[in-house]
Order: sequence, then structure tokens, then C-alpha cells
Amino acid sequence: MTDDAQARIAEAVKSADVLLFMKGTPLFPQCGFSSRAVAILDHLGVEYATVDVLQDQAVRQGIKQFSDWPTIPQLYVKGEFVGGSDIMMEMYEAGELAELLDAKGVARAA
Amino acid sequence: MPAAEIEDMILAAIPDAKVEITDLAGDGDHYAARVVSETFRGLPRVRQHQRVYEALGGRMGGVLHALQLTTAVPD
Repeated sequence: MTDDAQARIAEAVKSADVLLFMKGTPLFPQCGFSSRAVAILDHLGVEYATVDVLQDQAVRQGIKQFSDWPTIPQLYVKGEFVGGSDIMMEMYEAGELAELLDAKGVARAA
Repeated sequence: MPAAEIEDMILAAIPDAKVEITDLAGDGDHYAARVVSETFRGLPRVRQHQRVYEALGGRMGGVLHALQLTTAVPD
């Protein structure tokens, strides 16, 4: 992995309050887990940015080391790694994801 | 990867774990695992999942594409 990829990932994580690394795009997710992650964020009514790792092999590999997390999708809120789609689902069902977004001061549609 | 092998790897790293594995599609490739261990107490979810991924020694995201993971501490 290149330092360049790590730098680009660090920059991306800082660039948006809510950032999802995923396979594909919100309209055309290329994996069931990414699709689920997008659905959760849509339900929460939060604005988010996405990075399609399928477009960038260096980021696809680099994000695994960056987060110490082996799979994609990966959710970042205000620069902090929250987890993958399973954790997102658990937190969403427990109301904890909404709480986290509110606690971090991320605006949500009512 | 057979379910029994996944369970063995998790138990080798987290001996007190209660592991339930469900073969979601019946194809030996799409699993759900629920792992309950006292050693998870006080750890954030991300760390709990990382403990299980470490137990699987790099297979997660590789040969194990689809493992839905749930972790918990015993009641």
C-alpha cells in the first residue's frame, strides 16, 4: 500500500461529516452490505458522502489498514470510524446511530 | 469455508465464546455468526468485532466474503 492512498483516505475522512466507503454508488450499490449501509443512512435522513472503492484499488486495499477493518462498507462520522454494515444495523436498530449523529452535531431531516 | 472451521477458529482465540453460526444461503459461503463472550464486556462494538476478525486470521474479506457478525456479552 502506498502512503499516497493513506493520505487520500485521511483527506476524504476529513472532507465530510458522514462518509461511507462502499462498493458502487448509493444509486447503484454493487454489494448487499453496501446497499444495506446506504439504506440505513437514507432512513436516518442524514446527508452523507460516499467513496466507491471499486474505482480505486489503492483505496480499496488501503482503507482496510487505515481502519484496521477487513471489509467494506465502512462508516466514518466526523473523522471517527463507526463500523461496518453489521454494526451500523445493530446501532440503527438500537437507536444508537441516531444518537451518535445527534451527539456529533450532524444535521438530520426530521 | 465450512461453518465448523469458522467456529473452531473463533473458539481457539476466544475460548469462552458461545458461537452460533447460520448458513444463510445453504451454499457454504454466506454465514451469519453470533458470538457471545464475557471478554467483550466494556469493549465498544468495533473492538468486539475486531476481536472476532483477528480470530479469523485475515480470512474475513477474503475467502469469507459474507459473514454477518453480531457480538454480545452474556446476560
